[in-house]
Amino acid sequence: MSQQAETLQELADQKYKYGFVTDIESEFAPKGLNEEIVRFISGKKNEPGWMLEWRLDAYRRWLTMTEPKWARVDYPPIDFQDSYYFAAPKNDSDKPKNLDEVDPELLKTYEKLGIPLSEQKMLAGVAVDAVFDSVSVATTFKAKLEEVGVIFCPLSEALAKHPELVRKYLGTVVPVTDNYYATLNSAVFSEGSFVYVPEGVRCPMELSTYFRINASKTGQFERTLIIAEKNSYVSYLEGCTAPMRDENQLHAAVVELVALEGAEIKYSTVQNWYPGDENGKGGIYNFVTKRGDCRGANSKISWTQVETGSAITWKYPSCILRGDNSVGEFYSIAIANNCQQADTGTKMIHLGKNTKSRIISKGISAGRAQNTYRGLVSVHAKADGARNFTQCDSLLMGSRCGAHTVPYIESHNPGAIVEHEATTSKISDDQLFYCLSRGIGTEEAVALIVNGFCREVLQQLPMEFAVEAQKLVGISLEGSVG
Amino acid sequence: MLEINDLHVSVHGKDILKGLSLTVPPGEVHAIMGPNGAGKSTTSYTLAGRDGYDVTQGSIRFKGEDMVPLPPEERAAKGIFLAFQYPLEIPGVSTLTFLKSAVNAQARLRGEKELDAVQFLKLIRETAKGLNISEEMLKRSLNVGFSGGEKKRNEVLQMALLKPSLAILDETDSGLDIDAMKLVAEGVNALRAPDRSFLVITHYQRLLDYIVPDHIHILAGGRIVKSGDKSLALQLEEQGYDAVIGKVA
Repeated sequence: MSQQAETLQELADQKYKYGFVTDIESEFAPKGLNEEIVRFISGKKNEPGWMLEWRLDAYRRWLTMTEPKWARVDYPPIDFQDSYYFAAPKNDSDKPKNLDEVDPELLKTYEKLGIPLSEQKMLAGVAVDAVFDSVSVATTFKAKLEEVGVIFCPLSEALAKHPELVRKYLGTVVPVTDNYYATLNSAVFSEGSFVYVPEGVRCPMELSTYFRINASKTGQFERTLIIAEKNSYVSYLEGCTAPMRDENQLHAAVVELVALEGAEIKYSTVQNWYPGDENGKGGIYNFVTKRGDCRGANSKISWTQVETGSAITWKYPSCILRGDNSVGEFYSIAIANNCQQADTGTKMIHLGKNTKSRIISKGISAGRAQNTYRGLVSVHAKADGARNFTQCDSLLMGSRCGAHTVPYIESHNPGAIVEHEATTSKISDDQLFYCLSRGIGTEEAVALIVNGFCREVLQQLPMEFAVEAQKLVGISLEGSVG
Repeated sequence: MLEINDLHVSVHGKDILKGLSLTVPPGEVHAIMGPNGAGKSTTSYTLAGRDGYDVTQGSIRFKGEDMVPLPPEERAAKGIFLAFQYPLEIPGVSTLTFLKSAVNAQARLRGEKELDAVQFLKLIRETAKGLNISEEMLKRSLNVGFSGGEKKRNEVLQMALLKPSLAILDETDSGLDIDAMKLVAEGVNALRAPDRSFLVITHYQRLLDYIVPDHIHILAGGRIVKSGDKSLALQLEEQGYDAVIGKVA
């Protein structure tokens, strides 16, 4: 799989090897980053003037910033001038014509996950006909949402149709100046989702990027903004269990959630970007800033993530518990195999009274991977009655991988109750032999044991996602034992 | 059913079994008794195919087929079952899920049709009822927080569900009080059948009061040193291993 993937990568790179012109008619911008590129991206999207200024401001900030180095990840310096920041989707003529031209290993994985053929084509980047199965599904879907007044569209479309909403909320949870990667994203974000749920509306279905109309390839600098008005509810699914290819190595997404009084947002992610080969060659660098703001009283934000892909994962979906009685949750499974490095966790910032947070983290390390949980629980002076419960469990497979737990706890309120539990365990030979002696093969046994270890988190996922995620957990660890 | 001939096994380079020979015909219950360190657990692990138990000489034939090259899961699918002395805990995996995986994994290996959720549930409910295992216990994580008796009953449940041709019971009586032992023995006895053999491995003879063997073999120094009928167990109980084995030597 890996060798072919590299060949694909090389081919993809080659396309852009020879000369470029900065031309507004062009489908791509040349390599590198400067104000012209930022203007180009904004221009391509016909953005309002304030949006361009916002981007330029971010870009200027970014120039003064340095990359964070505190995470337990190790990678060669990134040459930001050697990347592309805007490229239109590949031409159909460059795409594989049919599934016969796609990496057979990739197809095998799709099959194991039970993904229908039409979806397989889309995931593998096969050029598909204009009449695609999901188009009709998506149209019905959109009509249903319009009925209740939910807006769900690409961010660029929201900028055109609902600029006042975007302007009111964009950057209010993750400020332009937040961190190196978020600032970079603010300057160059290409696409993403926008969701607005009106007051009192319970979104009638799970929103998933899969059904987003005109979803273009937006992996690299995705920007998502979700607003839940008073007493509304929305569940959003991001990503996909199938392995995703992308020719861009650097990913820096930003996700902002705003929950107003009594609102609830449930955000579920399955991240399975290309992790690189077993020797650590290739793979996506995934530097993501995700944050939710429980802005109103009695609001709730719940993050659930299954992180199995990427060479490097740097990601801390967080909750600002500003409203009184607001609740933040973080449920995480992070699997690192071969040479993958994951440094992930959460921040729970307790500002309001009687705010509660719950953190359940399950880290699985195999091969030579390093897996770090890094989490902050911060209780501010006015957060009377704040409570947190944290549980961090690590599972090690083999003797060459590492698991690290780095909890930070800051309490400025003597009444706060903060609990932290942590365990580290291994899949024992005895457990494995017990399964084998019952007729269960090694890989199925590992999948069974690991899924058991992750059960509390898997239970948080919407049903159909959970079934796929369970299979994914097994597949991610294939070959890691025996 | 089972023919072991001149079996030599080394574990981590140390020779443990040194020429064990044993034949168990269909439908019979054979007991292997022996002092500590005789090679009892090595025998059961070797028969089940555990990694690290290297057969250096001799053969294991099951229904006429050579078992030595086969991995544990294939031996299981062919009908060898090992009831563990210390059943393992698997947190987060219910007994129900574990057993469904096992039943269907074996079916796949045998080229048979897998059971769907409804069929499996029906099967396990019937089986569990006979063993006095509650639905609630089936939903709990496998062996986690189970009492010694519950763990062993769970082993018998697995045996009943997987319907092996050869069941090896490795020190099944260890850690059980008399009542729990009786319950487990009843479960085992209910599974006795003309086409099913048992190999009961035990240190003490008390289990054999409840699971009555056709033959008893004494294992010492990695080989069978004496075989006889069930009176041999009583003789051991009275005189101790040293006296009985000493007479042989």
